[in-house]
Amino acid sequence: MPHTDAAAVALARDGDSEAFRSLVERHSRAVYRLAHRMTGSPHDAEDVVQETFLRAYRQLGRFESRANFGTWLHRIAVNCSIDLIRSRKHQESGADAADLEHFEAVAEDRVDPSPERLMISTEVQERVGAAMATLSHMERAAFVLRHFEGQSIEEISRALGLKANAAKHSVFRAVRKMRVALEPFVEG
Amino acid sequence: MTMRHLSDDDLVLHYYGEMTAADEQRAAGHLAECQACQHQYGSLQRVLAFVDSAPMVEAPDGFERVAWARLEPALPTLRRGWVSWFVFSPARLAWAAIVAVLVVGAFMAGRLTPQTAPSTGRPAATEASDDKVRERILLVDVGDHLDRSQMILIELVSSDSTGNVDISAEQARAQQLLAANRLYRQTAVTTGDATLAAVLDELERVLVDVAASPSTLSHADLDAVRRRIESKELVFKVRVVSSQLRERQKAAILERTGQRALDTTKS
Repeated sequence: MPHTDAAAVALARDGDSEAFRSLVERHSRAVYRLAHRMTGSPHDAEDVVQETFLRAYRQLGRFESRANFGTWLHRIAVNCSIDLIRSRKHQESGADAADLEHFEAVAEDRVDPSPERLMISTEVQERVGAAMATLSHMERAAFVLRHFEGQSIEEISRALGLKANAAKHSVFRAVRKMRVALEPFVEG
Repeated sequence: MTMRHLSDDDLVLHYYGEMTAADEQRAAGHLAECQACQHQYGSLQRVLAFVDSAPMVEAPDGFERVAWARLEPALPTLRRGWVSWFVFSPARLAWAAIVAVLVVGAFMAGRLTPQTAPSTGRPAATEASDDKVRERILLVDVGDHLDRSQMILIELVSSDSTGNVDISAEQARAQQLLAANRLYRQTAVTTGDATLAAVLDELERVLVDVAASPSTLSHADLDAVRRRIESKELVFKVRVVSSQLRERQKAAILERTGQRALDTTKS
């Protein structure tokens, strides 16, 4: 197995599937984490991992050997996640226009003010996961791109095929929902 | 106070540095003086810091192995000639076969489907007819795919060996079926066929497991695979869906025959 990504990429370019396998083994978990954050679904995350590595394999010739393979793959994974989310745009249920008041009522039902328990990281993960699950596909994507990926509203609007104002409001709605869901825990 | 209170959306824009320079200056000035807005902003910061503190969801154990098992059959080659591309990979042969079946099927369906409207006629009706042709081809292909998958499942479930078992043959077939299964599952999701998509999803997970397993399984390992198949009642589900597909095929044929008879009577 090649010791570095650069060596593995060089071999994979020549058709060495074992070298490519080593890249999959090194990076598939990171791609999965990102894809899960973007899509919110283990199943979709698996599909994104598959599509990401397929695209990477097809584009290996274009990869500049001085670049960082993980960073390059990360960008491909973001694009694959966005493609999947955009393909679901038409399937977006009423969640996109979700009634915030109704959501607030649901969120209140789930309040369990026991701050000690929140020290446990899995508990935090669950809380944040549950809050993220209330976002529509578009809100989630816009929020992840803005908050975790550091993309500007303008970049997000281009990536998601939305008008700038719509992208901005997706971020606003997402943050509003996150606040409603998480403030009771955070504020104690 | 230098301006009226900042809205929640203003605070979000300020947090992410998305305000124009002039708005940013005004907002920062206001925040420095207004306790109510400071409180709101502090609350927003704490929530978003809490979001940052959540660990990301990890892939299940053995994910790398499963990812490779799903990926490998679908990988195109980079520099080898196109002949070796087919010769060296039975999985790619399976892909080629699927494409060939779809192309030939579409061609034959086009030949066999009576033209019910002149070429300058109603595009909507033609599109509907094309959709039905595509659906018929898909029904045949998926039915065949399910039958072949069912055979592998039955072979694994009914193996009565008490020692080590060589499953390399089943493994090779599972690998061939994987790429097609993924394609059919995605088509079923796109067309809104939830039942078929769900069964293909469960099937895919078992096919991945089989494809990614060692080629020789101990009795205990085989038992685990068998239990996984049986716990999901996968053989039964595949059989039911396969039989439903056959019914849909029959209905499609009857519909076509009826349409032909109608056309003959008209002419």
